[in-house]
Amino acid sequence: MTLDFANRGQKIEIVNIPDSNVRVQAIRLGLCEGAKLVCSEKIPAGPVILQNRMQEIAIGRNLAKKIQIKLI
Amino acid sequence: MNCCHNPAMEMDIPDNAKKIVLAGNPNVGKSVFFNYLTGLYVDVSNFPGTTIDISTGKLNNNVVMDTPGVYGVSSFNDEERVARDIILYSDVVLNVVDAVHLERDLFLTQQIIDMGKSVVVALNMMDDVKRNGLKIDIDLLSKELGVEVIPTTAIKGEGLAEVKKALGRARPGNRIKEIKEMINEVIDKVNTESEALLVVEEDENIIERHNINDFEGKREYIYKLRRTRVDEIVDKVVSETNKNAAFRTKLGRFMLKPLTGIPILLFTLYLMYQAIGVFVAQTVVGVTEEIIMGEYYYNFIMNTIGRFLNDSTLIGQLLVGEFGLFTMVPIYLFGLLLPLVVGFYFFLSLMEDSGYLPRIAALVDRVLTSLGLNGRAVIPMILGFGCVTMATITTRLLGSKREKFIATMLLGLAIPCSAQLGVIMGLIAPLGFNAFMIYTITIFTVFVVTGTLLNKLMPGESTDLLIDLPPLRLPRLTNVLRKTYTKSLMFLKEASPLFVLGGLLITIMQFTGLLDSIANALAPLTVGFLKLHPKVAQAFIMGIVRRDFGAAGLNDLAAQGLLNGPQVIVSLVAITLFVPCIAAIMVIFKERSWQESALIWIGSFIISFLTAGILAQFII
Repeated sequence: MTLDFANRGQKIEIVNIPDSNVRVQAIRLGLCEGAKLVCSEKIPAGPVILQNRMQEIAIGRNLAKKIQIKLI
Repeated sequence: MNCCHNPAMEMDIPDNAKKIVLAGNPNVGKSVFFNYLTGLYVDVSNFPGTTIDISTGKLNNNVVMDTPGVYGVSSFNDEERVARDIILYSDVVLNVVDAVHLERDLFLTQQIIDMGKSVVVALNMMDDVKRNGLKIDIDLLSKELGVEVIPTTAIKGEGLAEVKKALGRARPGNRIKEIKEMINEVIDKVNTESEALLVVEEDENIIERHNINDFEGKREYIYKLRRTRVDEIVDKVVSETNKNAAFRTKLGRFMLKPLTGIPILLFTLYLMYQAIGVFVAQTVVGVTEEIIMGEYYYNFIMNTIGRFLNDSTLIGQLLVGEFGLFTMVPIYLFGLLLPLVVGFYFFLSLMEDSGYLPRIAALVDRVLTSLGLNGRAVIPMILGFGCVTMATITTRLLGSKREKFIATMLLGLAIPCSAQLGVIMGLIAPLGFNAFMIYTITIFTVFVVTGTLLNKLMPGESTDLLIDLPPLRLPRLTNVLRKTYTKSLMFLKEASPLFVLGGLLITIMQFTGLLDSIANALAPLTVGFLKLHPKVAQAFIMGIVRRDFGAAGLNDLAAQGLLNGPQVIVSLVAITLFVPCIAAIMVIFKERSWQESALIWIGSFIISFLTAGILAQFII
C-alpha cells in the first residue's frame, strides 16, 4: 500500500521511495527504505506526518501517494 | 591550483590561524556558541559568489566561522554549498547537535566524521531532554562516535566553557569502515579525504572542481549506510523514561489539525496585522516617513545639495526631483519600507525559531498544492503583504522553476503590499461592508483562478512538501533580533539598487513626457471599458512608481468627487492587480528570465484591466 492510506496512530515501515532526488533528501531526515515510523497525524487531504521518537516529518499528500509502505 | 578552487579560500584569514568551524542543523543554537567563543568582535561578510552572510570572529589566534544550518554536507541548495565549502576548509569542526533530535542531527555529525575532520560535538538543549522524558548515555555516545561529546544548554550558558576547552582536544572520530575504503579508491584524484568523500557522494561541484569524469558515485548507498549507522547509535544511547506527551507536543498537534490550526493561524495573522499593519504602518511610519525622512532629511537635502541644483533640469530632477535619487528613493526606502520589512522579518523569525512556521507550511500545503505550489510557499506569500519586492527575493527558497514562476506571478498580481494596503483600506472603509467584500472576493478569485490555471497549463511538476517539524520552543529574543537584522540588511543590499534604478527610470520617463503619453494612451480604456474618469489613468501610472502613490492618487480623485463608490471599487481592483511597482518589476527581471518576466508583466496588465472591466459592467 502507499503512505496516503496509512491512518493516524498506525506503525508503518517504508518499503520504497521512487524518486532518487527525494530519496537522498529523505534519508537525511530519517526516512529510508526499512525505516519504521508512526503516522502521528494526517491533515485532511493534506500532508501525512510521520514520527520517529521526537522527530516529526511532514510529507505532502502527492508524495505520500508515491511512497510504498507496509503496516507493522 | 585553479582546478580545485574553493571560494572559502577568498575569505580574509591569516595563514597561521586555525579555522574552527561551527556546523549543525537549522535552529540548534549555533549562534550562542559563536557569540560565546568570539565575543564582541564579529565580522559579517558575504560568502564569495552568493547572497549568504557568514559571520567570522576570533578566538585567541584562531578564526571561528559560522555556517548556515544544514541537514547534510552536499549541494542541494546555496546554504548547503556554502556550509560545505567552509567545512571543507576547516581545521576543527564544532558540531552543535540538538539532543532531542539525535536521529536527524547525527547524520550530519557522522558525515563530518566520515570526512576525516577533527570534531567536538556539543550536545545542546540538554534541558529539553529531561523535559521530554528522554535519557542519553553521553559516555557511550562519545565512544561510538570516537570524539568528545559535551552536554550543554547553551541558552543558559551551561557547558560553554567546557566546549571551549575541548576544542583543543578535537580529534577525528570513528569512520564507517566501508566508506573509508571507498575514499581510498579516489583519494589520489583530489587533495583531501574530505573532498574524496564528497566525490564518492556525487557532489557535482566538487567533481567539477577536480575535473573528474568517468566515475561512478555511490551517494545513495553511502547515505543508507550512514542512516543505518546513526539509527544504530541512537538505539544504543537513547532511552525513554516516560511517554507523557508534554504540553508543547500537544500544542504542536493543535497547530497542525485544521479544526484548531486554522483558528490559531488566524489569530496569529490578526496579531501580525495589529503589530505591523496598525502599529508599524501607521504609528512608526508616521514618524519615520513623515517626520524624520519627510521633514528633517528632506529639508537637509534641499538646503545642501538642493541649493546647487535647478529642479527644472534633468539632472536636478534625477537627484532632488519628485522621484529623485536623494529625495524619493531614500525617503521611501528608509522611511516607509524599512520599518515594515523589519516588522515582517521580526515576525517571520519568531515563527521560524519557535517551530511554528513549518507547521503553518504543513497546514496550508493542501491549499497551495492546488495552485501549483507547496506549503513552503507560505513564506513569500506572507511577506508579500509587507513588500512584494522582498517577497519575490524569497521565492528563491522554492524547489522548482515552475513554483518560482507561479509564486512570482501571484505576488506581482494579487498580493497588495502594505504600502498600498493602508490607502486601499482608507478608501474602502467609508463605502461599507459590501464594497469591502466585493473588493476582497474579486482579488481572492483572481488569485485562486490564476494559480489554478497556471498549475493546469504549465508543463512539468511542482515539488512536494518534505519538511522536518522541529519541536516547539520559546524563541530567544537575541537570536530573533539577530536574524531580523541580517535579513533586513540583505533586503536593503538587494533592493536599494533596484529602487535607485527605478527612480532614475521614472524620472527620465516623466521628463521626456513618456509617462504622460502612456497615461493618455490608457485613458480611452479607462473611460470606455472601466467606466472611470480619464484622470484615473494617471493614478494607475503613478502606481508603477510607488504602489501607494497610485492609491493615494485615487484618494484625491475620490475626494474631488470625480469617482463614485462603485468606481472607487473598480479602480482599486485595477490598481491592486495592475503591474507591481517599479522595484518589484526590476526584482522580477533580476530573478526570472526576461521572457518569463515579460510574461508576468504583460499578464498582470491584461488580467487587471480585464477583471476591472468585467466588474465595471456589473456594478457601475
